[in-house]
Amino acid sequence: MAEITCSQATQQALDEAMAADPTVLVFGEDVADPEGGGIMGSTAGLSTKYGSRVRSTPISEQAIAGAAVGAAIAGMRPVAEIMLMNFITVAMDMIVNHAAKTRFMSGGKTAVPLTIRTMSGAGIGAGGQHSDMYEAWLAHVPGLKVVVPSNAADQKALLKSCIFDDDPCIFVETTYIQFVKGEVPDDYEAPLGKAKVSREGTDVTIVGYGRPILDALAVAEKLAAEGISVEVVDLRTVMPWDQETVFKSVAKTKRAVTLHEAVVQFGVGAEISSRIHEELFDTLKAPVQRVGSMNTVVPYSAPLEQNFMWSQDKIEAAIRRTLERK
Amino acid sequence: MTRPNAAAGPEDLIKIYRTSTLIKQTDEAIRGLLRRGRLQANYYSPRGQEIVAAAMAATLQPDDYVVTIYRGLHDHLAKGVPLKALMAEYFGKVDGSCKGKGGCMHITHPEAGVMVTTGIVGSGMPIANGLALASQERKDGRVTVTNFGDGATNIGSFHESMNLASLWKLPVVFLCQNNLFAEHTATELCTAGNIVDRAKGYAMPGILVDGNDPEAMYAAARQAVDRARDGEGPTLIEARTFRFEGHNYGDPSSYIPKEMMAEAKANDPVPKLRALLIERGIATEDEVAKIDADAAAEIAEAVTFAQESPYPDVAENLSDVYATVLENA
Repeated sequence: MAEITCSQATQQALDEAMAADPTVLVFGEDVADPEGGGIMGSTAGLSTKYGSRVRSTPISEQAIAGAAVGAAIAGMRPVAEIMLMNFITVAMDMIVNHAAKTRFMSGGKTAVPLTIRTMSGAGIGAGGQHSDMYEAWLAHVPGLKVVVPSNAADQKALLKSCIFDDDPCIFVETTYIQFVKGEVPDDYEAPLGKAKVSREGTDVTIVGYGRPILDALAVAEKLAAEGISVEVVDLRTVMPWDQETVFKSVAKTKRAVTLHEAVVQFGVGAEISSRIHEELFDTLKAPVQRVGSMNTVVPYSAPLEQNFMWSQDKIEAAIRRTLERK
Repeated sequence: MTRPNAAAGPEDLIKIYRTSTLIKQTDEAIRGLLRRGRLQANYYSPRGQEIVAAAMAATLQPDDYVVTIYRGLHDHLAKGVPLKALMAEYFGKVDGSCKGKGGCMHITHPEAGVMVTTGIVGSGMPIANGLALASQERKDGRVTVTNFGDGATNIGSFHESMNLASLWKLPVVFLCQNNLFAEHTATELCTAGNIVDRAKGYAMPGILVDGNDPEAMYAAARQAVDRARDGEGPTLIEARTFRFEGHNYGDPSSYIPKEMMAEAKANDPVPKLRALLIERGIATEDEVAKIDADAAAEIAEAVTFAQESPYPDVAENLSDVYATVLENA
């Protein structure tokens, strides 16, 4: 099976969705072919193939997100690109006050089946305004769904699931893994809200999503050599997250570590940890540990950035802390 | 380009009056209910702006889209939101247009083309572009009218939306209902230059009109709507008007000079149109009196309906958040 990058996975998902459904529209900064088909090439070829259904926009995030909200209310399935996740801050009114709330405030009369694709992540020296992971903000807003894939197959399948979902979905493509290749089976599907057990184990569960899943798998492999069996649960969908799979795994291993790129404080890991304690307090052998990035601004200088980020060492240390109590 | 046959005929003027008197009387009824403690709501009266909405709506098709704002009663009624559903929504009742879940600042009634009512200043415009984008792609011939106040022309979304709509020739009409005050601040103290002139910067026509003059307002609206429907793109209309009841219910309007308010009320556009219909022989006193009485009866019936309608079940709190109720929500 041929391997493709995550960016290519996005391109294929968009192409297949647009071919299957004429209501699917794609717009955002530089997405059309004359402008390069997106900064990562994720929309390459689409405007040539689908004409006005694929449009490059001005650098106007409110207008981009708002057009997606309006088109969705009118019955289309727009896929808007907000180039980087930090730029979502400029469009928050459209996303939080309108996309998320419209179905409820209209008493169910209008739906907003839009998808906003965005990209972010630290580790490439992009500094304080091009690297943040804000999925916790968005997951905190009732009405939104939030998806963060960790590999090409899931990126393709989950993007299609978002496009054909009837609720507003924020789809986060983490920068670093866009260049990572993976196999994408033709018939592979990934429903929203379903986690994937990426590696089975019996001693401790790592619950995470996105790029750090790669690190979790590496640490699991390393610790297997000394007889520590690590289960890795890739949430894939942050909101709504798959509590059933997580609780089942932690009920088995009795220990858990949450893991994400975003800073630890008030992060998604805090919610997951809290729910595990509420459901499985008597089963747990140790308090749930949280791994993420440091509570500071994403720094530019390479050694600072490495220090800021989660790491395999931090994951390993967290696992060992859960194992201190027998 | 000036289009032919853009003038309001006698039937149009009667229609505009029928809508205007319904808006005026509904507003008076709502303020009466608020005053007597029968209704609790954050209410933004459109009293004084009736003609703008009624004349605009007279140029629209039933399936055209309207986006409006928290001061939206006039736009809702003009576009045809049924009074019972509207009133029940004000009361937070289950028979409201949004099952009582949106409230008076968020009326949605797609059956009448009222797609979005936003409580955030300036936020309707980017969404209106999206509705119009859908129409452009589907070639369904619909026009989208987005209503906003003068204050909204100073927020970024206005500029982003005007630019995009012009660039893509979207079938949108930007209708600025300039009531001369942005919340409590006079327009000239917070807005540089004339609002209508901003159209030039986005390469679209701008029309400055007396929004309280039904014939002028109808002609302006008709020109903009026809242009949008013909695929020629958006127009900015600045309709000068005035609001009699301040920003929100209970606002004493101390920032409005007394003489200014007195002059505006002396030129109340709704009775003025009533007099015009009689003076020109378009309708008799009996005929307009019947229009007024019909509106009053409809309002009384709607208020009773709304008061008698049940509140929504508390289970409604978890429905309509997502397409299907989430487990573990």
